[in-house]
Amino acid sequence: MIRLTDFSIGYGSRMLICGANTEFSAGKLTALIGRNGSGKSTLLRAIAGLNNRYSGAIYAGGTDISTLKPSQIARTLAFVTTERIRIPNMRCGDIVAMGRAPYTNWIGALTDADRKIACESLDAVGMAGYRERTMDTMSDGECQRIMIARALAQDTPVILLDEPTSFLDMPGRYELAGLLGRLAHDRGKCIVFSTHELDIALRMCDNVALVADGTIYNMTASEMESSDVLDRLFGSADSCYRK
Amino acid sequence: MIRLRSTILFCLLAILVIMLFAIDLSVGSVSIPLGDVVAALTGGECPPATAKIVVHIRLIKAVVAVIAGASLTVSGIQMQTLFRNPLAGPYVLGISSGASLGVALFILGAPIAGMSGLISSFGIAGAAWAGAAIVLAVIAAVGHRIKDIMVILILGMMFSSGVGAVVQILQYLSADESLKSFVIWTMGSLGDVTASQLWILVPAIIAGFVLAVLTIKPLNMLLFGEEYAVTMGLDIKKSRVLIFFSTTLLAGSVTAFCGPIGFIGLAMPHVTRMLFDNSDHRVLLPATMLTGASVMLLCDIVSKLFVLPVNAITALFGIPVVVWVVLHNNRS
Repeated sequence: MIRLTDFSIGYGSRMLICGANTEFSAGKLTALIGRNGSGKSTLLRAIAGLNNRYSGAIYAGGTDISTLKPSQIARTLAFVTTERIRIPNMRCGDIVAMGRAPYTNWIGALTDADRKIACESLDAVGMAGYRERTMDTMSDGECQRIMIARALAQDTPVILLDEPTSFLDMPGRYELAGLLGRLAHDRGKCIVFSTHELDIALRMCDNVALVADGTIYNMTASEMESSDVLDRLFGSADSCYRK
Repeated sequence: MIRLRSTILFCLLAILVIMLFAIDLSVGSVSIPLGDVVAALTGGECPPATAKIVVHIRLIKAVVAVIAGASLTVSGIQMQTLFRNPLAGPYVLGISSGASLGVALFILGAPIAGMSGLISSFGIAGAAWAGAAIVLAVIAAVGHRIKDIMVILILGMMFSSGVGAVVQILQYLSADESLKSFVIWTMGSLGDVTASQLWILVPAIIAGFVLAVLTIKPLNMLLFGEEYAVTMGLDIKKSRVLIFFSTTLLAGSVTAFCGPIGFIGLAMPHVTRMLFDNSDHRVLLPATMLTGASVMLLCDIVSKLFVLPVNAITALFGIPVVVWVVLHNNRS
């Protein structure tokens, strides 16, 4: 679904990823792991069209995304950033409905179909009862789910999430990974999220992509676990973790 | 529920604007009974002098108050959403500084350069508008190149301060008489607009409002911040320029003809958001036009009752609101 060819990105003279070739497939949940500053966020932002200072190409469903307009990208992929969004005086239902923006008219009028999709998206993340709530009275985890519902309402084949588990407590992290897995498997979406939770990446995701050494090691979770890549790269930290 | 609330509020505010408009026509150095005001407007029976005052003087001023209030608050809401900053207002981009530089060059600079006698209210408005338009050109050019909106905010503030320094130098160098007319311009006045000037002001404001309507969907997307807005398909550079244009037409034109009127554009968007309990610009934009217009009329009535410059009244009214917003944000 998302294919990178000869992809390089970095800041100034410091290259984070050099000439990587990899693919994130539809119907799979992929965890993007790597040390701080390894380039996970940078990679996600490049795919989402927020950073175009890369070389090589990013294809979404066979189309080079650099040839797409923002409105076309918005119908292909949705992004959940690390930013904590709190919009005063806006109901969760309306926030989720904003995910329909790529499809609505010039003033953003919602059709019945748009409203239905927004409702279903709230249901899918288990937040149906929050339609009339505003975010100032909600926890970080609840707000996170609302932002994921907004991404779902965007109805795109690809969803990218930058560290979606970081604000959540331990059970919340596993619940979220389970939710993302169901969305990928049931709806055939290509979902990629960055995380520092090695356990979630290895046990709950189909694929694990490790950003390290200037490249992307992308393999199934079981391959990743049995390979020596993790040990080699995370070194002592990883062996401590596994004991 | 929220929809019913909005409808009721819209009706109440519309009635309020009409009532304040009528009171504004009746209040002044000569108090005119409301009955006579209505008669004068509808061509009914009333003393000819009264009809003259109402139609030729007060009506224009009241119309200008409505235009000024509505324009400044719409511009304020655009800036607050674009910069995601509750303390942004119509003047954050330096529109009022640009306008005051234009006026300062015109009123203060012309006599220094040996060209006196140019000073007319039309010329002042033209100079202010040119100053505001130059600011827009700079901001639009910068906004197209710079990615981070906060950088634009800081540049706007620095630009304002720099222009303020130039204006101060001009003030320091100028003669007493021209200094006084400049200072009076900075105090703001709704009453200096003539009927013929309305032919310029009104089309500019209408153009600004048309553009503002086109910014509704971009503004709603920008509530999520620029990154989310882009991933939802917003063409960020185009939208920024559209918002800058709209704001300059609205705030720039009002400032050109009425002087810099402070705090209305900063305070009323907050009041409106609270009243309507909504952040959707499809509701906020028309709603804030009504709240802005009504408060501007109220300020004009108060300024006429106590014979004070309108800018002092808007500040005294607006500052408590802004303080409240700051304290409220601090608490939550």
